[in-house]
This record gives sequence, structure tokens and C-alpha cells, in this order.
Amino acid sequence: MGEVIVITSGKGGVGKTTTTANLGTGFALLGKKVVLIDADIGLRNLDVVMGLENRIVYDLVDVTEGNCRLKQALIRDKRYETLYLLPAAQTRDKSAVSPEQMQKLCKDLAQDFDFVLIDCPAGIEQGFRNAIAGADRAVIVTTPEVSAVRDADRIIGLLEAEGKSNPRLIVNRIRPDMVKRGDMMDIDDIIEILAIDLLGIIPEDEYIVISANRGEPAVVNPASAASTAYKNIVRRMTGESVPFMSMAVDEGFFGKLRKFFGLKEG
Amino acid sequence: MIDLLQKMFGKEPARSKDIAKERLRLVLVHDRVNISPQFMAVLKEDMIRVISNYMEINEKDMEVHLTQTNTSQVALVANIPVNRMKRSALFPE
Repeated sequence: MGEVIVITSGKGGVGKTTTTANLGTGFALLGKKVVLIDADIGLRNLDVVMGLENRIVYDLVDVTEGNCRLKQALIRDKRYETLYLLPAAQTRDKSAVSPEQMQKLCKDLAQDFDFVLIDCPAGIEQGFRNAIAGADRAVIVTTPEVSAVRDADRIIGLLEAEGKSNPRLIVNRIRPDMVKRGDMMDIDDIIEILAIDLLGIIPEDEYIVISANRGEPAVVNPASAASTAYKNIVRRMTGESVPFMSMAVDEGFFGKLRKFFGLKEG
Repeated sequence: MIDLLQKMFGKEPARSKDIAKERLRLVLVHDRVNISPQFMAVLKEDMIRVISNYMEINEKDMEVHLTQTNTSQVALVANIPVNRMKRSALFPE
């Protein structure tokens, strides 16, 4: 029985889809069998971030409405043997699926996969309710901004009300230079405010844009700063204890990078 | 320029992350107790009405807000400048 994890944030544009794509690919790189569900019905995006947009035949709504079997709708990523995508429907809206249908879908997928990752739509309405319905655990993505942290706090409250406690936090798009000069909230500030466990820290990385352009998640590129961060998160999610990156900035660019990723010491 | 002057006089300029943190802290206190600005306005009016029976207060500079104590409890904090006491309240007939 695999684990069903929803990636959520409340606010849009903080990196839920990018995170889902990279964590999913990261699991596949470790040989884990993983399926990504795009729960953003009507605004599907995970397919293009993954570079699988040309291979869609059936989608999530086709499965829940019984137009096809579940296996038929799953797209296997040819680059990574154990990675699959269940795309969202593009011509329907959030009301096309119910929380009960999502629960059943997640349960069915958890039989065959080690990890089921759900890319949650922004907002707190039905799309959110559907996306969290079948999840065992939640990962919250935020950025070091007042608006994103505020929305994350609201999402934590809503998850708790649904009985999904102990979500874990990914702080995305951190800029160590700005943190150092006091112009960006640091990890400790955000953790103190939200009072939840930290799962990982992703540095701002222009390679994320390049990889989205190419439809090839950044995690596979060893030169990408975010890649190491995603790999660390994946390892933590498989139960490994991986130290967090240090946010210190000094001793030149490479020393800074090395320290940032904790390659030099612990 | 102002930053430079502040540095010369040994005063650190306000770091924007501290501003962010403080604003976030306050906004979350409201979000978490689920109180609307209208609610606070009505509460403030009621407080003014009651307190005005006893003293003359400066309504313009009066501040009423919810805040979080360091034990993560919510506290109602009011700062109400008093112009003068009302004699009728001090020496009731």
C-alpha cells in the first residue's frame, strides 16, 4: 500500500506544480513507483511541466466517469521507467469530480504505486477539497512572502479541520543573498510563524524556468541548484534523515554554494 | 540617503524582513481568530461610548487591536489617550 501525498499551498504561483513534477521525478530516479495526479481540472499544467502534453488520451474525469479504465488514462514517462501521470481534464471544471470519487481513485492507485502525488489547484474551494480528500498526508509549499505564508497558514487550518494534521512545509524560492541582508524572511522566521515541521528549502534557481521551457524537470540536471534541494526532500520523504541546507553566504560563490547545500560539513 | 545617515548615527535601518514578519504576525492573529475589521470597529465604538461616561478621551489617537502574547494566546490591547477626567464621574451627586 503506497502513500498518498497532496502538494498544496492556497496561493497560486508559489510552485506547487513544479514541486510535484520534481519530487515525482526524484522518486522515479530512486526507482520508486510513482504516479502524479493533476487535480487542477480546467487548468491543467502538470502535463506541460513534465513534457507529456502530447501523449494525453484520457484524463482524470474520464476515469471517474467510467469512460475508460484507470490504467488506460495513466501516461508512462518514457524517460523514467517507474513514473506515471494522470492528467486533469481541460474542458471541464472542478465540479466534475467529487471528494468521494477522488478518495476511491487514490485508494486504487495506492495499491499499485509506492507514492501517489496530487498537484492541488490554488484556492480553498471544491478543487482543493477534491485534491485533499484522498490524501494520507499533505505537503505545503510557500515562498518567503507575506501573502504566501498567510495563505499557507489558512491551508494548515483547513487541513486540520479535515482531520489531516501534521502537514510538512517546503519553502520555495529562497534567495540567500536577500536573506543575508535582511530583505527576505528566513526559514526560522517562517517556521516560527507557521509552527509546522520543515520538509525542505528550495533556492531560487533560473534553471526552473529553463526546465519548464523544455518540459524536463530540473531535478535531473545536476548543475541546477534546486535539483539537490529536491533530491534531499525526496530522500527525507522516503524516511532518510538528511540535514537541511545552511543559509550562510560568504567565501565566494562556490564556497557559498557548497555551504548552502551542506556539502562541506553536515 | 536616509539609510546612510542612519548608519552614520549608528542606527540600523528597519530591515524589510522584520516589517514583513510583524505584518504577517498581526494579520494572522486576525485570520486565526476569524474576526472582521467591521467587528473591531463596532467593538471600538462601544468602548468609546462606555469610557466616555467617565473620561474625555482622544478618539482620533485611540488604538484597539488584537495581538498575540508570547505564549501564543490572543490579547485585546487598547491604547486610549485620556484628555481629562469627567468631574461628574469623579464626584457623583
